[in-house]
Amino acid sequence: MEKLRKAVGDIVSELGPEKGSLLAILLAVQDASPESYVSEEAVNEIARLLNTSRSMVYSTASFYSEISLMPRGRHIVRLCINAPCEDAGKEEIRKALEKELGIKLGETTQDKMFSLEGVSCLGACFMSPAIKVDDKVYGDLTPAGAVRVMRELKEAAKNEHIS
Amino acid sequence: MSTFRELDGYDRVFNFGNCDSSVSLSEYQQTGGYEALRMAIGNPKQALEEICRAGLRGRGGAAFPAGLKLKMMQGNTEKQRYIVCNADEGEPGTFKDRFIMNHIPFQLLEGLTIAAILAGAENGFVYIRHEYPLAQENIKRSIAEAEAAGLLGDNILGSEFSLHLKIFSGAGSYLCGEETALLSSIEGKKGRPRVKPPFPIEKGLWGKPTLINNVETLANIPAIIAKGSAWYRTLGTEDSPGTKLISLSGDVKKRGLYEVPFGTTFREIIENFGGGMKEVFDLKAVNIGGASGVVVPPEELDCPMEYGKCAERGITIGSGAVYVMDEQRSILGNVHNRVHFFLHESCGKCTPCREGLRQVNRIIDRVTAGEASLKDIENLERFTRCMQEASFCGLGQAAGNSLLSSLKYFREEYENSCVDCVEKTSERGELC
Repeated sequence: MEKLRKAVGDIVSELGPEKGSLLAILLAVQDASPESYVSEEAVNEIARLLNTSRSMVYSTASFYSEISLMPRGRHIVRLCINAPCEDAGKEEIRKALEKELGIKLGETTQDKMFSLEGVSCLGACFMSPAIKVDDKVYGDLTPAGAVRVMRELKEAAKNEHIS
Repeated sequence: MSTFRELDGYDRVFNFGNCDSSVSLSEYQQTGGYEALRMAIGNPKQALEEICRAGLRGRGGAAFPAGLKLKMMQGNTEKQRYIVCNADEGEPGTFKDRFIMNHIPFQLLEGLTIAAILAGAENGFVYIRHEYPLAQENIKRSIAEAEAAGLLGDNILGSEFSLHLKIFSGAGSYLCGEETALLSSIEGKKGRPRVKPPFPIEKGLWGKPTLINNVETLANIPAIIAKGSAWYRTLGTEDSPGTKLISLSGDVKKRGLYEVPFGTTFREIIENFGGGMKEVFDLKAVNIGGASGVVVPPEELDCPMEYGKCAERGITIGSGAVYVMDEQRSILGNVHNRVHFFLHESCGKCTPCREGLRQVNRIIDRVTAGEASLKDIENLERFTRCMQEASFCGLGQAAGNSLLSSLKYFREEYENSCVDCVEKTSERGELC
């Protein structure tokens, strides 16, 4: 709790305790969270520091789909669900990802390593179907290719753990 | 990865370089970059005249005359004013702004700086969607470089003009592409649209006059000023001068981003730029203008891409997304996907959009499942029209475009999945 307060406090003082910084604060708090989300405690703390109501902070936080109020995995796998990717084989990619990760769209793996989400257009329709893993976009995907990306990430995470 | 392709023999507004990397400041300056800014600082009045004479219109979708907007800003006496670059490119099927920000950031920044000088704005934001982290990084880095080179910040190029730019990240809301929703978002609120009037040029960010332009619109400005409006008007047509960036995707051989002169027909875009159909299958339909655009059959493709002619044919150029579908594709499935998209993105502020999309979605779910009746199709059309006419903002007003156009051109695909389709056949005495 103390740790969270300090982390939120640092972010707020860096970005400025104004209402105009709220969205940037929420995104930064989420990025700093090991579970990639904005917790209720964080919402309360932001409201206190911005001298505004919790409902005001919550109303903004809950409006935007890139801000999560529920804990998520360390890596967020986003699958584009719009028409160009849908037609290019998004369903096959979804099935392959769900099978490889052992979760459904919208869920997080038990080891808190991956969350699988649907996302609106990634601006990668020239290489559909596309997914985005954290900040990186992978295009022209096949189901096997999607599985390969997941395995590489798992491998990297394992090595990180050892070192 | 070379995804930006162009045809030889055309003059162009955009120079994407080799497209594998971002054009650096020195590269940009070596090819005439920032000449236009010098000219605009030397003679702002002339620069504004050039933009007006060039007939530049907003490239985000609304096609409002860019010069007129600047003139309206100048008519305002309020001292504190803002410039906002709308880089919340969320229209499914569109990737032009992403290319501009990733590859030619200084062309955008130069255009943005010129617009700010003409609008009298000393502070501004580039509102970039959260889904484009690389674009955010590239623009951030480019702003810092431009500042270090005296091309941004205080006393630009030693003049009395200053501009302080900041990146503002969106957080995953399609609606924030709507200008007033975008302003609310910067103010830390939910991204919901506001009543217009007052328009942002009168009361925008924090109630101050604000000029909002799309990325592509601003990136057109340097070429217009450096090469002149007469040159610009040699591209495109009398009705729609210049070029449009077209995001071409779907079942064509060469998907990618193209700079296409206005007046080119959609068939030429698909055949000449896209290399024709990818597989042996015939072309069935083309979606023009993204999710909020229309779905048209091959017969409509000889219409030139030009604001006037397209409006006559009910075609929305919008953001310039062209999505090609071959005969294997289901129109119904495609439109279903779009309705889902809008249902998710509707902010819930007004009833026609919030409830209309819910009802439309329910019906189209049943049509897809083969459980709907012909009466449902009539209702689908009625609800969609209501949503189009009564919604508060552009989202609800445009959400039904693909639905209505597909009902106009591909109605049999809807009717064929109805349970009572056979009955109708016997009544009419024809197959449906």
